[in-house]
Amino acid sequence: MDTFLQQFINGLSLGAIYALIALGYTMVYGVLRLINFAHGDVYMLGAFAGYYLANSLNLDANPSILGAVLVTMGAMAICAGIGIVIERFAYRPVRHHSRLTSLITAIGVSLLLEYGGQVVFGATPRFFPQMISSRTYSLGGVQITNQSLMIIVVSIVMMFGLEFIVHRTRIGKAMRAVSYNLPVARLMGINTDMVIAFTFALGSALAAVAGVLVALSIPRIDPLMGLMTGLKAFVAAVLGGIGSIPGAMLGGMLIGLMETWISATSYSTYRDAMAFAVLILILLFRPAGILGTSVTEKV
Amino acid sequence: MRIRGVIFVFFASMAAMTVACERRSSGPQDTTGEILVGMYGSLTGDGASFGQSSVEGAQLAVEEVNNAGGVLGGRKIRLLVEDDQSRPEEASSAVTKLITQNKVVAVLGEVASRRTLAAAPVAQKYKIPLITPASTNERVTQVGDYIFRVCFIDPFQGEVLAKFAYNDLKARRVAVLKDIQQDYSVGLTDSIQKTFTGLGGKVFDPVSYSSGDADFRAILTQVRAQKPYAIFATGYYPEAAIIVRQARELGMSMPILGGDGWVGDALKNGREALKNTFISNHYSGQNPDPIVQNFRTAYRAKFNREPDSIAALGYDAAKVLADSITRAGTTEGPKVRDAIAAANVAGVTGQLRMNPSRDVVKPAVIEELQFADGDVKYVYRATINPN
Amino acid sequence: MSLGRKIAVITGTVATLLALNYVFEYGVGDFQINPYYARIINLIGINITLAVSLNLINGLTGQFSIGHAGFMAVGGYTATYLTVYHGRQIAALAGSTTADPLGAAIVMVPSLIAGAAAAAVAGLLVGIPSLRLKGDYLAIVTLGFSEIIRVIILNIPAVGGATGFTDAIPITNFFWIFSMAVLTVVITRNIATSTFGRALFAIRSDEIAAEAMGINTTRNKVMAFVVSAALAGVAGGLSGQLFANPLNPQNLNFVKSIEVIVMIVLGGIGSITGAVLGATILTILPEALRTFDQQFPGLRMVIYALLLILLMIFRPQGLLGRREFSWAWLRPLRRRAVLE
Repeated sequence: MDTFLQQFINGLSLGAIYALIALGYTMVYGVLRLINFAHGDVYMLGAFAGYYLANSLNLDANPSILGAVLVTMGAMAICAGIGIVIERFAYRPVRHHSRLTSLITAIGVSLLLEYGGQVVFGATPRFFPQMISSRTYSLGGVQITNQSLMIIVVSIVMMFGLEFIVHRTRIGKAMRAVSYNLPVARLMGINTDMVIAFTFALGSALAAVAGVLVALSIPRIDPLMGLMTGLKAFVAAVLGGIGSIPGAMLGGMLIGLMETWISATSYSTYRDAMAFAVLILILLFRPAGILGTSVTEKV
Repeated sequence: MRIRGVIFVFFASMAAMTVACERRSSGPQDTTGEILVGMYGSLTGDGASFGQSSVEGAQLAVEEVNNAGGVLGGRKIRLLVEDDQSRPEEASSAVTKLITQNKVVAVLGEVASRRTLAAAPVAQKYKIPLITPASTNERVTQVGDYIFRVCFIDPFQGEVLAKFAYNDLKARRVAVLKDIQQDYSVGLTDSIQKTFTGLGGKVFDPVSYSSGDADFRAILTQVRAQKPYAIFATGYYPEAAIIVRQARELGMSMPILGGDGWVGDALKNGREALKNTFISNHYSGQNPDPIVQNFRTAYRAKFNREPDSIAALGYDAAKVLADSITRAGTTEGPKVRDAIAAANVAGVTGQLRMNPSRDVVKPAVIEELQFADGDVKYVYRATINPN
Repeated sequence: MSLGRKIAVITGTVATLLALNYVFEYGVGDFQINPYYARIINLIGINITLAVSLNLINGLTGQFSIGHAGFMAVGGYTATYLTVYHGRQIAALAGSTTADPLGAAIVMVPSLIAGAAAAAVAGLLVGIPSLRLKGDYLAIVTLGFSEIIRVIILNIPAVGGATGFTDAIPITNFFWIFSMAVLTVVITRNIATSTFGRALFAIRSDEIAAEAMGINTTRNKVMAFVVSAALAGVAGGLSGQLFANPLNPQNLNFVKSIEVIVMIVLGGIGSITGAVLGATILTILPEALRTFDQQFPGLRMVIYALLLILLMIFRPQGLLGRREFSWAWLRPLRRRAVLE
């Protein structure tokens, strides 16, 4: 029972990371119908941005909550900027081309960030400084670190924040309008370019938070860390229902739990494959995802 | 009409062939001027951090040799480095290019056994000596008599670790965490299992992870449920540091053991969790031997970071090669090969002598790790000599 | 073309390839083919097979598959497995060994057939469920299948696991590589000019309209998938049994699939000569950029990624668009252009 509970907690905190990244995927897909392959790499950049910021603030020697918050906000700002730049220079020129072209462009950006990261940061993995002193709480036979707790709490807070933005603000309304029908939204007077840029910025900022949070509890970062994690987060977004924010959250948690469960069996090396197996099953039997709405295609 | 297409293709391929042609008999070898040595490694891709380390170590060695006057009467060695992008097929292409285009006299590389296994047949075919700094899979040197290595082979290190755990730590039930993406780890795991079970102990089914993984809590929790007396983590230092930390966070305080792959700057991120861990090693940054300390200082000066065990091995491979060229008195493949086989060089990672299988013969030390003053301290426990 | 003429063309091609193969392996007089260039030429041939076979799905049928590496892996491992574990017996049937050129050739045939068959089955298994999906989703599902295949192979020690299939016997040579490349081009071209091909073009243009016209889209799509997968399997079998080129599951991954896609995108999706051109250029380019690596390690791949992005922004139709280059193919295309 101990082990089961422990794995449950492990799964939740892993899932929360996927959820944060999945939120970004789902938003961009909802608005642009584009699978932003580079999103996982923005997460990586968030971790690196946090790394440099934390080191410049010398947090390893003086861990502090304030420092951590500053670093996170800094990383969010940097990644939001990066997201906007990517959208403006790589995705906007191909927006009117075919979906295939956009997808390939996204792949190109992803490769650029990865290989570029290896050149700029060097391929050797870095270790994130400890911004907050680590503490482990013991409840029965279950250990949970304060970082794991933080990850879960912060992602839930972020999700509520996102829901608020999307459903209770004007820009959120504009985002939803663009996701329903872009040309008509433009006709209605919405500055679609700005809305799309904002969507990218928001998603990228969330990825940055994920990057910093992950780096806190699993301190190893390297330029290729975004690839697999990004793909699995995408699977989570599809699982939960692409375009749905609570869906991304749910999908992320589920993928995290499933992955932890698989790791716990003797099939642990099939872990990565499992995410894809789940994806395939979902797309075959319920393509809209768990919380997604079925869209009938008008011919 | 199709004939036109066919004829076009025919002439295109003829043209390609002519371009690719060369005269078969190469002229007399260059006996003055620079000596070209090829090195292939992963400068990009998932093997890049070790690839870079091995190249840096070799570059440092070559620089030192050249500054000391070069070899064969003042000739300088030039190291030509090719990237294999962490792919075996690229490793073969790179080595083919180095040997047939650049006409190198010897090849250094690679770290990952799977890439060395792909490229070694090329070196063997053209009778160019190849020294791998860090490929530990047994089969590498079995490719042919021109292939050498300066690192432990998996069976040896596995034996060392298993015996230590059984005899010194009195462990009888152990668990193993292996990195399924690294041949080094898979080989070491197999060897540990064999030896430990042979001694009468029990090894639980190894639990696998992949390099690049950062979250081991799930598999560690499973291992915790097995209640092993000790755990082996047979992968490399980036994961080892985190494994150790997360294990302790989960309340697992039993001894954790690892191989020489644990030696790397990033290991210090294991922090206090490193208490009660042991490694088998040939290179220790703390070894007061001047050879080791000079290497460390020089490496830090040139590359601005601490060398890891892979860098040390790259350095040693290049030094052995330079030494062998000097003893051979020539750069001809067969003579250099014989010289390497007879090598006896004091390297950073130990006294390097080749056995008949072209694997280096050197003792391993077991060290206990501690974390103090923000860094890892290695405390000597035992020496295991190869038999 | 009359039967006699067909036979003449085939014999002529085979003879030419055998002659070229001889030159490749043994040289002529005092000249030989530089081994490095020889390797590149061999790799070009394999990539041509990969690119043209992928073009069948992505180009001619307009679907989006990024799982080609998976089919290459299945076919390659099956073919190599057969040679390694049963090659001696097969060669012995002809009184030869695998080291002998004749024995090697005899083993190659069943090896490639096995590879093609296994890959075809994989294509069927992937195709049937996936082809109900559209666009992006199909892409991700094919990617998923390819990754699953890769992880499964990683866990099979009998074929080397993470170390790769280094036991492979190097029976691949110029003749096999280029005869398969030629075969792939011929098969694809024949499909393109057949009724089956017309159905595929219809599916590419407008799948719903095609269905409405009575074309069984699922069956045609699956067929295309199976043929494409089988040819990729052949490429895999050739690649894995090339000297010093062992199959390795780490490298038969998503990135490899993307590379093949870039080849056909560069050449022009839908164009067979484009695929050939793209494969050739993109095999030579990374090698040509090696000098860059000396100065700035890692920059080569950054440039590669940049090229991809710029290509998509400024010339997404690639070099040839949907057109073919050779004279003989222009006439039917002109007719086709009128219809479209």
